[in-house]
Parts: sequence; structure tokens; C-alpha cells
Amino acid sequence: MTTPLVSLLGVEVDYARGRALGPVDLAFSPGEIVALVGPSGCGKSTALRLLAGLEQPTRGQVSRLAGKGETAVVFQAPTLAPWLTAQANVALPLELAGERRAIAMATAEQALAKVGLGDALNARPAQLSGGMAMRASLARALVTRPRLLLLDEPFAALDEITRRVLADDVLTLAADLAPAMVFVTHNVEEAVYMAGRVVVMTPGPGMIAGEIVVEGPIVRPPGFRVTESFRQSVEAVSTLLAQAGARAA
Amino acid sequence: MKTLSAFLSPLILIGVLLIGWEVACARLSIPPYLLPPPSAIGRALVEGFPLLLASAWGTLSTALLALVMASILACALAFAVSLSPLMEDAVRPIAVTLQVTPLVAIAPLVTIWAGIDHPERAVIGLAAVVAFFPIFSGALTGLKAVDPDLSRLFDLYGATSFQRLWRLRLPSAVPALLEGHKVAAGLAVIGAVVAEFVAGSGGAQGLAWRILEAYNRLQTPRVFAALLTLALLGVTLHALMEWAERKLLTIWRGR
Repeated sequence: MTTPLVSLLGVEVDYARGRALGPVDLAFSPGEIVALVGPSGCGKSTALRLLAGLEQPTRGQVSRLAGKGETAVVFQAPTLAPWLTAQANVALPLELAGERRAIAMATAEQALAKVGLGDALNARPAQLSGGMAMRASLARALVTRPRLLLLDEPFAALDEITRRVLADDVLTLAADLAPAMVFVTHNVEEAVYMAGRVVVMTPGPGMIAGEIVVEGPIVRPPGFRVTESFRQSVEAVSTLLAQAGARAA
Repeated sequence: MKTLSAFLSPLILIGVLLIGWEVACARLSIPPYLLPPPSAIGRALVEGFPLLLASAWGTLSTALLALVMASILACALAFAVSLSPLMEDAVRPIAVTLQVTPLVAIAPLVTIWAGIDHPERAVIGLAAVVAFFPIFSGALTGLKAVDPDLSRLFDLYGATSFQRLWRLRLPSAVPALLEGHKVAAGLAVIGAVVAEFVAGSGGAQGLAWRILEAYNRLQTPRVFAALLTLALLGVTLHALMEWAERKLLTIWRGR
């Protein structure tokens, strides 16, 4: 067992309206792709913010090998600055880290080319389609070559076809850069398709209901969605989700 | 064709109303000082055109000068206030109190301060007071209207507070700032007119002065002519600011 890149140890988060998360124990190894699945309000996004270091737990401990500069987040919305071009948006993390503008812009150009936006360098976010904006957001997350990539329901606002294409693109990029990836979603098929390990959470306050390991290469082969093992994994995750929901109700 | 009919329909309505007005004035023998017929107003407009134009320029330049002053002051103050929540808490009640005090009520005070010999200063000052608040609150709202997720990204990438200000908060404030200036421009004209009514005299002859003058002589057609000029000025300025806002927003977000 390798040393985990990030781990949550007995972590609990309380908000003014009550317990939001935990207690939760979770560990993520380098290069691993994990999906966090659970109903709305189960604290998935809170868990993600803890992993990013954007929020502190009320109790428990978050330990991280990946520093702040080595963590990247992709939100549900593309979250691009409307006043910047796609290229300048992607260059932003590098510039904030003190990189020279020319170098940052050149690196951003490469990152955008990798997500298929080589022709849209000077486009503003308002000129991009939902899928293209999400790609730009992804390019921005990957431009710093993070060791930990956190995705908070990144495809939730996209149509099914764009969603599937992007899922494959993310996996291809992940296989290339090999960051540990934590992927929050409430879509069971998407979770099983994306992740090597699916962690199922209970309705809020979220706790771990169980986890399912999904076999197969990181970049899914064509027809993966209709294989028997895919169907079984989806079945197993759905069952776990239903049990967790029934216990809570 | 829809655009053409949309353009023509108000013109036709105005035409019908004007004809009705003209006919009613003639048939009912309404005295012109009570309600002049459109033809009399038209004559007053043509005859007084050079003077009305000069007065309109007087009102407009007052309003623009007030707008520039208000903009500089409001932006500077909003910026200072946005730097600390404590400052904002301290300033808000004072700003609100000033804002709800009617302009007309503070006019005598401002006139005294400006000096009896300088009514034009008082008028500009009063118009600036009116234009101040929309810009101030627009700037303040804008400086705080940062996308929370974008703000989290700045946290994540370890942005300094200067980077956060220069690269996130200031650009985020642009739409609200533009909106504030647009509203303020309209208010500055209203402010200039109201201020002229209460503080204007020899040195500050704008459209309000023309209205007062004609009213005192019961030259009602000239009152209407000045009012019409004022309305035209307001509409033009509003259209201009709307256009400028749209153009600048297009530059800001690229489309």
C-alpha cells in the first residue's frame, strides 16, 4: 500500500444548520481515480473542499502530501473569468503562481490544444458552448500539472452526448498526467465509468456507506458501458445507494 | 416588418394625439396660457431655439461635470470602503441617511456654502450629490460581486491580496460600475434641473431657468417648449448611456 496523497481521518464538518459530513475516513493514493457518489446534500462537495484545503474540518484531521499549488479543482460551472480570453483564463493559475506571462500563455496554449480548443485561444467564455467552456476549465485545472485533481459534478450542466465525450477526454488526460482524481457525481453510471473505485455516501450528514472497486483500464475501451462487469458494478453501487437511503429514511 | 411597425406605431399615436389636442384647443377656445395648442408650442420652440439650445447645453454640462465629480468621489470611497468590512459598516448608515434626505431640503445649505455669488457651483454640487449614490452602491456591489468559485480558485492558487484585487475584484466590478454610471447620468440631469429650480439664478441658466422664467410670465407655450427640450435631452442622454454600457460590456465579455 502506497502512502496516501490525501486522507481524511475521522473528519466531521458542522455548519450552523447542523452536521454536514462525517465522521468520514477516506484515503486517496497517487494516480488513483475515485468517484464519490451520494444523494444531494450528502456532503460530497464539502468533502471535496476539505480535500482541496479550501475548508477546515470541525473535528478530525486532513493530511495531505499534495501542496496547495499541486491541487486543482473543476467546479460544476466552468467558472471562467468572463473578461479574459480562454488562453488568459488557462494561464491564470500559472501567473498567480509567479510564472512569467509569456511562458504562462505559451503553456496555456498547449493545454488548450490538448483539450481540443487550439482554435479557441482568443475566444471569451461567453463565446464558448457549455462543453467547450468545461474543456477550458479542465485545461486550466491541468495546466499546473496537479498531483490531485478534484472534480465537483463537472458534467452536471451538460447534455448526455457532450458528457460522454468529455468523460473519455478526462480519462485520456488523466492517464497521461496521472494525477489522483476525485470525482463527485450523483450519476451512478458516470461514477462507474470514470472511476476505479466508487465510494458511496449516505444521505446527509454524509458517511461512507461502502465502496465498489471497478475493474478495467483507466481509458475505457469502446463498448465498456455494455459489458457485464460494468452492469454489475452499476448494480452494486445502486444497491448500496438504495440501502443507505433506506437506512436514513 | 415588425421593426418598422414598432417604429411607426408610437409616431402615429403621437400624431393622432397632437391633432386631437390642436382641434380641442381651437373648438373649446382654451386660453393659451392654460393649455397652448401644439402649433403655439412649435412656434415657441422655433423662435426660442438658439436660447433653448444654449440652456440645454448649460444643463447638460452641469450634469456631466457633476457626473464626473460624483464618479471620482464615489469610486474612490467605494474602493476604500471595500477594503474592510468594518469601514463598510461604518460608512453605510451615513450614506443611507444622506441618500434619503431630499435634495431640495439640502439645497439652501449647499447654496450658502458655495457662496451666494456662485449659484453654478451649488447647482453642480447638488447634482453631484444625486449622482453619487448609484455609482457608490454600484461600485461597492461590484467589488463584492465576485463569483465565489472563482474566488476559491484564487485561494487555491495562493493569490496575493493585490492579485485578488487587481485580477479578480476590479474586473468583476465592471458590469455593476457601468450600470451605476448609467443610472447616475440620468439622475444627474434630474439633479441639475431640481438644483437649478432651488439654487439657480444669473450665473446658472439652464433649462429649469427657462421654465421658471416663462412660467413667471405666464408664457405657457415657452414652458412646454423648454419641457420638450428637457425631455429630448433626457432621452438622448439615456440612449447614449445605454449604448455606451452595451458597447463597454461587449468589450468586457467579448460579445
